[in-house]
Amino acid sequence: MMIFNNILIYFVIIPLLTLAGLAFCTNAGRGIRAIRAVAVTGATALVALAAYLVYVFLQTRAAGVADEMILRSDVMWYAPLNIKLALGVDGVSVVMIVLSAIIVFAGVFASWKMSPLPKQFFLWFFLLSTGVFGFFISIDLFTMFMFYEVALIPMYLLIGVWGSGNKNYSAMKLTLMLMGGSALLMLGIIGIYFHSAPEGSPLTMNILEIAHADAIPHEWQMYLFPLTFVGFGVLGAMFPFHTWSPDGHASAPTAVSMLHAGVLMKLGGYGCFRIAIFLMPFAANQLAWVFLTLTGISVVYGAFSACVQTDLKYINAYSSVSHCGMVLFAILMFNTTAMTGAVLQMLSHGLMTALFFALIGMIYGRTHTRDIQKMGGLMQIMPYLGVGYVIAGMASLGLPGLSGFVAEMTIFVGSFMHEDLFRRVLTIVGTSSIVITAVYILRVVGKLLFGPVIDEHHRSLTDATWEEKLSTGTLIVCVAAIGCFPNFFVNIISSSFEPVVQALMNN
Amino acid sequence: MPFSLSIAVVALPLLMFLVLGLLDDRLGRRAAGVLGTLSMLVVTVMAYGVSLTYFFGTGQGQIIDGVRQTVTVWNPVWLSFTDTLVVRMGVAIDPIAAMMLIVITTVSLMVHLYSLGYMSNHEGEPEKGYQRYYAFLGLFTFSMLGLVVATNLFQIFIFFEMVGVSSYLLIGFYYHLPAAVHASKKAFIVTRLADLFFLLGIMIMSFYTGTFDFDALVGTGGAAAHTALGTAHTALGTAHGATFMGLSVMGWALTFIFIGGAGKSAMYPLHIWLPDAMEGPTPVSALIHAATMVVAGVYLVAKLFPLYVIEQGAMDIIAVTGAFTAFYAAAVACVQSDIKRALAFSTISQIAFMMTSLAVSSASGELIEIHGDYGLGYMASMFHLFTHAMFKALLFLCAGAIIHAVGSNENSMMHGLHKHMPITSIAFLIGCLAIAGIPPFAGFWSKDEILVACYHKGLGWGLWMSMVAGLTAFYMFRTYLLIFFWSEHKQHGHHAPADAPWTMTLPLIILSCISIVAGFVPAHKLVTFDGEPLHTSLDWTVAGSSVAIALIGIGLAFKLYYKENDAPARMKAAATGLWTAAYKRFYMDELYQFITHKIIFQCVSKPIAWFDRKVIDGAMNLMGTVTQYCASAVRPLQAGKIQGYVMTYLIGALVLAVALIVCVLV
Repeated sequence: MMIFNNILIYFVIIPLLTLAGLAFCTNAGRGIRAIRAVAVTGATALVALAAYLVYVFLQTRAAGVADEMILRSDVMWYAPLNIKLALGVDGVSVVMIVLSAIIVFAGVFASWKMSPLPKQFFLWFFLLSTGVFGFFISIDLFTMFMFYEVALIPMYLLIGVWGSGNKNYSAMKLTLMLMGGSALLMLGIIGIYFHSAPEGSPLTMNILEIAHADAIPHEWQMYLFPLTFVGFGVLGAMFPFHTWSPDGHASAPTAVSMLHAGVLMKLGGYGCFRIAIFLMPFAANQLAWVFLTLTGISVVYGAFSACVQTDLKYINAYSSVSHCGMVLFAILMFNTTAMTGAVLQMLSHGLMTALFFALIGMIYGRTHTRDIQKMGGLMQIMPYLGVGYVIAGMASLGLPGLSGFVAEMTIFVGSFMHEDLFRRVLTIVGTSSIVITAVYILRVVGKLLFGPVIDEHHRSLTDATWEEKLSTGTLIVCVAAIGCFPNFFVNIISSSFEPVVQALMNN
Repeated sequence: MPFSLSIAVVALPLLMFLVLGLLDDRLGRRAAGVLGTLSMLVVTVMAYGVSLTYFFGTGQGQIIDGVRQTVTVWNPVWLSFTDTLVVRMGVAIDPIAAMMLIVITTVSLMVHLYSLGYMSNHEGEPEKGYQRYYAFLGLFTFSMLGLVVATNLFQIFIFFEMVGVSSYLLIGFYYHLPAAVHASKKAFIVTRLADLFFLLGIMIMSFYTGTFDFDALVGTGGAAAHTALGTAHTALGTAHGATFMGLSVMGWALTFIFIGGAGKSAMYPLHIWLPDAMEGPTPVSALIHAATMVVAGVYLVAKLFPLYVIEQGAMDIIAVTGAFTAFYAAAVACVQSDIKRALAFSTISQIAFMMTSLAVSSASGELIEIHGDYGLGYMASMFHLFTHAMFKALLFLCAGAIIHAVGSNENSMMHGLHKHMPITSIAFLIGCLAIAGIPPFAGFWSKDEILVACYHKGLGWGLWMSMVAGLTAFYMFRTYLLIFFWSEHKQHGHHAPADAPWTMTLPLIILSCISIVAGFVPAHKLVTFDGEPLHTSLDWTVAGSSVAIALIGIGLAFKLYYKENDAPARMKAAATGLWTAAYKRFYMDELYQFITHKIIFQCVSKPIAWFDRKVIDGAMNLMGTVTQYCASAVRPLQAGKIQGYVMTYLIGALVLAVALIVCVLV
């Protein structure tokens, strides 16, 4: 079939093959080695493929192909409703795919010693990745939604079975809230479908076709836009639909937190941009102020909440609320600079939060507590993890040379390009979060890593093992690479926004 | 020497940071120190080569028609916001950058050398973080050099953050000590707050001018620059001529940028982090918190000087802040007992001198009038920056030697050290004479120019700053005398204090020599804002009176502190309130503590966190509870009892029948 000539499809096939491979492994005895081997092979193949995709993308663009989406191919799936498996990527999706591949790779090593039931864990883990990759490569509303659900459901089991603490409650809460979001989304998608083409033409689920037809009546956009935006916004931890995030992250096992905060929350931002704003520019313009206010609140609110938390994962979860709020905030600024900043922020936040959660998991695995009041002076005991944590913290508070700075600056400068008072004020409020972020990051670093050793038992703990070093090291290198050479990524991303910004300007 | 070497000057310290940081323990302690110091020596030699070529050489475009040009060595795009608004990361050399290259590398080399001895042990044990220490020094040196060779405003901002974090890491070097951790955190957060304003300033500025580049904003020398400046000014001023609270758009942008600089340069009320930063190792205080990083704010204002000079409102703010800070810090320094803190307040006061000097040289609004006298304050400020860096580094390194010898920061633990540590004593004395402004020491020349510039602005400004200069002489000699004289040294430790080993003494001697001769550098010919030599001559009225005031201050200090007596104690008793207030730094720290803890944490963060858990999350849980409640409420309907089903069926049928009848009837 033609579709197998498209490299994009392999982003779904590789995880599926890994699933098949895992199915033959056993948990007992030496089976664990086979499980690891299969998982590492799958993850490495994904990273390699993602790197190749970047190469192909750059080559195509350099060759002067100016299509909105490249690597397009369609397979009819269900003709009566005109549902296709439609593949295609632009700069934004390429970057998101790279991010996902890196995090899956780091996540595999972070869950190296997973027990019990490592096989089942990795099965769900790779199923989740299938959903994530599928979402980013599709441009058909139906398949996107399907992959979205594929990514969400494993979360319930991953937290419920392998989680810690109040895991049943958290798993239930997370799944239900996200399902609530997807219910809104479902409505939105159906609504879009029925207005996807002008009178007389066949209805379609293909995003590009819908966008070009621009046939959704304005009054319908006013209903459908909030539905889809909130639907994805729940996943992007938008205020006031963010409370699944602290509990969910706190209970989730390390790799799941990494994948969830690192990639899954990005599905929210990506969806808001790709579906809500791209397809309904009129309503986006009309209603931007509502969501700008909400996301503006997220940014500051999350940061202030993080200041007083004592559980490491809660701190990070609230910090994610703040940082992901910034993603949605910037997307709603509707200019290329701010939107590019939003994607950079997704990339940056994905990597550094994954790094944070990996490190927290490793520290928790040793000290068996995540309460910063009960730990102190860990830098003396586990210098590698300590330095990693400081680097993650510095990336989070926006130190130049690491990814956070580039992303935030692009967002702020882009947002400030609007001359109206409302956006200016919100931008300034958002900008002030850089100070609050510094407060809570340095508070944690100071309490957790520096100062005297609080618990004498901690003195006997060991530093990171090789697979932990590999996992965190990969993420650190990526964070630094973005921070040092941002223009490489900016060039990939920014051109993708021109059609959207154009559509927004016309409305 | 080719200017392209300046790229290596900036890059080599970064390389050292990476090498030392990544190798860490794999490199021996000694090897790390020697490697760091040697590479710094190479950097210093190259930096001198570049600077001296810039100042005295020809043929590489540094001087055209007698006007010094900015030489841009390297300027690639680093990050593009839009097609036209791009951040470049480059290396450019202009007079003040060249001067700063010398300042930074000299002090950094001295500190590297000095630390070989100073950092070799900590409280009797071999220092564990030796490699880390040198790695951080490399990082700091890189960041500071990157800052001064910046080609655009955004690059300065980037390196502002970088020096901030290096400072954070070095203040918190003894990370197991809670005081150090607290101090480093405070330093970072206070300067971050200032940087927030800096960022806002940059955003406003770049929005209206469409550029970050200094070239476009304030290119030095010649008519081209003034045209560019005029355009920028027009873009800022007339396009948005509206003023807000008395300042134009550009006025606000420049004020915000100044606040950014004020954070780094410890201007009141953002100075509170600097005294605490003394928790770091003393050589670090000498490098970062006396000579280089703390003058970054002055440097920033100087870089944008041509813009400030036409914006009277912003200049007034700077001048008032500077003049007040100078006095405030000097007053506090008079009563400190911790010698490093006394020096820290002295630093704050001296930087405020530089700021004031920049700010008093404002023009009357006409671009053309920037020439002439108005350049004096700028030149004086930069000159003082140069000399101050040398003698303040000297004073700090002396303080380090003393602390090393007696094991305490308190001057009550010192007294009478002159006999035990003669070299240190003489070096410290040279530093004191330089800062007090006694000819021919370095500080005299630069401070004199500052005072002249202040008298030009107005008699009141001149008198005020002269008074502060007298106060400076007094508190420095108070510190000096309390350390080295006052009474016989009482043995506190196990061995008698003595001069430090050669690695520590050599830097003291070198810096002493520099502090003696630095005043003879013809700064007015080299470091002017428009690149043209400035014609100045020593104003003997001002010079004479300032020397007289300094001598009065010194005399008073000798009277009070040379020999043990009860006069200071009586004075303290006579004005207990004032003394305590000054000792407590007029309660600025308590005020900050109140704002951060009581207001931000207790009144903002805690309620938000509570609101989140109880209200928002409560609402979500409520939805769950309601669902469960409804579910359990309807559950009995499906209990599997046939009678129940029949009952429900009958009732339902009845209701339907009644409804039907009612409908038909009505």
